[in-house]
Amino acid sequence: MGRTLAEKVWDAHVVRRAEGEPDLLYIDLHLLHEVTSPQAFDGLRQAGRPVRRTDLTIATEDHNTPTLDIDKPIADPVSRVQLETLRRNAAEFGVRIHSLGDVEQGVVHVVGPQLGLTQPGMTVVCGDSHTSTHGAFGALAFGIGTSQVEHVLATQTLPLAPFKTMAITVNGELPAAVTAKDLILAVIAKIGTGGGQGYVIEYRGEAIRNLSMEGRMTVCNMSIEAGARAGMIAPDDTTFAYLKGRDHAPQGADWDAAVEYWSSLKTDEDAAFDHEVVIEAAELTPFVTWGTNPGQGAPLSAKVPDPASFADPSERNAAEKALEYMGLTAGQPLRDIKVDTVFIGSCTNGRMEDLRAVADILRGRKVADGVRMLVVPGSVRVSIEAVSEGLDKVFTDAGAEWRYAGCSMCLGMNPDQLAPGERSASTSNRNFEGRQGKGGRTHLVSPQVAAATAVLGHLAAPADLDAAVPAGV
Amino acid sequence: MEPFTTHTGTAIPLRRSNVDTDQIIPAHWLKKVTKTGFEDGLFEAWRKDPEFVFNEPARQGASVLVAGPDFGTGSSREHAVWALQNYGFKAVISSRFADIFRGNSLKGGLLTVVLPQETVDALWALTEADPAVEVTVDLVERQVRAGDVVADFEIDDYTRWRLLEGLDDIGLTLRHEEDVTAFEAGRPSWLPRTQSV
Ligand code: SF4
Repeated sequence: MGRTLAEKVWDAHVVRRAEGEPDLLYIDLHLLHEVTSPQAFDGLRQAGRPVRRTDLTIATEDHNTPTLDIDKPIADPVSRVQLETLRRNAAEFGVRIHSLGDVEQGVVHVVGPQLGLTQPGMTVVCGDSHTSTHGAFGALAFGIGTSQVEHVLATQTLPLAPFKTMAITVNGELPAAVTAKDLILAVIAKIGTGGGQGYVIEYRGEAIRNLSMEGRMTVCNMSIEAGARAGMIAPDDTTFAYLKGRDHAPQGADWDAAVEYWSSLKTDEDAAFDHEVVIEAAELTPFVTWGTNPGQGAPLSAKVPDPASFADPSERNAAEKALEYMGLTAGQPLRDIKVDTVFIGSCTNGRMEDLRAVADILRGRKVADGVRMLVVPGSVRVSIEAVSEGLDKVFTDAGAEWRYAGCSMCLGMNPDQLAPGERSASTSNRNFEGRQGKGGRTHLVSPQVAAATAVLGHLAAPADLDAAVPAGV
Repeated sequence: MEPFTTHTGTAIPLRRSNVDTDQIIPAHWLKKVTKTGFEDGLFEAWRKDPEFVFNEPARQGASVLVAGPDFGTGSSREHAVWALQNYGFKAVISSRFADIFRGNSLKGGLLTVVLPQETVDALWALTEADPAVEVTVDLVERQVRAGDVVADFEIDDYTRWRLLEGLDDIGLTLRHEEDVTAFEAGRPSWLPRTQSV
């Protein structure tokens, strides 16, 4: 019988297989950041072990880095110590690091692909759940815990139990106003935050094939919000075109050899998935979350649901709690929800395509009075490219703040946070209670919805804008 | 990881049930960036009470903790194991451990021994009466001995072997280092490297 894409990549990395033991899998790329690596390095130090493959390891600073005044010392002592510890560890163990102020610095999941380090068929790990982002290239990429970080540093392998496979097929073409973010939010609402548990999800179908690499990364990034171990998309010409010429992409004869191998990385016709979900692209519309987990979402045109409408008692209970925390009432149109803050950024939607989409909407318009809008590029490279296209000017002219690269308000470990009770429309990936700041209320949205929301001051799609304020007026 | 064969030391009787990992090591200690230096955070809140058993001068240097049932519930933080080890404990005895805590402890080389509550009661009585009494935790014989208490305990063969050999997961993988090296020799040369070494 044939094999799925995920099984092919897994099989190609088995170092050792023994009866009654997990497979020992080789890891091609290990990404590090300051939050989950310190105890792993400490463990190596205590055991007197080196990093086995410094040439397959790379670190960046992202979670704790400020997005303002980056030349000044970091005020928060905890953040400062974590960053300094990473720098010391990288120097001691010989790991390549991109620190604050470096041109390659940025959110770890933006940096890997942009350097061409993430390639099809690889195994990629990081002590960070959104490592699933790299699956957009047809890599098997997943988040690991700190003990596993230490394990990979010491051995470049991981003992792993097998996973199940799920296919999510999105048939047909996405309507013009619908983005990759809307698609994945709709998928999570459909299968639930635990729907992917134990699975590696492969996204397939025409709508997926038509996505850019940025869009594919947005989709795979949020696989973890459906509980999945990883998300994957088979590599194709879009993937190869994105990689060609990047710093670490193969060149010359190597490129040809690589493309030949990469082209074999697709699920065989006769392969069977453990579970299949089919979605019709034509039925999708701009999608937003109303609750406190990424599965609590609905089309923007809908109303805040009535908890009583959930048949499952635990879902009903969760909805009740969510509405209370979010300060919403059942039946209220989602479009009526006013926001205080709009956040553009994160490893979900902090890349060039996202910033361009936001700029296209903001050009000639103003952010609504009383709304704070933060635009935080996912990496310094994204920032430089955006400036070269004049996007920073578009943002600041509209009244938004143009910031330095990092995770920023995606998780509020740095000073970029919501105040208690404040409400945001955010292009990030988690709307958990307090995720963007204690007591903060988050609505997950696409960059396009975020931009329209910034202009109108309430949740809105770009189409609402044309009706309200014509561009250039 | 140091091999664990048999350990003899004085004990601290902790007559409390449902000791959760927040009590073992409070959350504000989790900001630390090392696996060491957690000893002062161990049971931090309780140790503020001068009467707390940990503060008795005769208990200093103890290396076996005799705890109440359901020890280690709550968050999965590995720091709880590190804190107990940093303080100097080699073994914890209880009639019931929380699963994740027990998994973490056996991975990290802290031997968690499950004994019936009657035996734990007997150990409490013994060590409370005489702080100097020594408790032997013998992994080779799977037996705990102290005064007139002799109790066999169960532990699965694989975990026992791993602890006797002092093999953490990394140590186990490194036993197959030849396989890893052989695999590396077969990797395509065009695969990306982050730096030349
Ligand atoms: S941007 Fe957000 S989700 Fe992505 S790595 Fe940073 S904190 Fe995690």
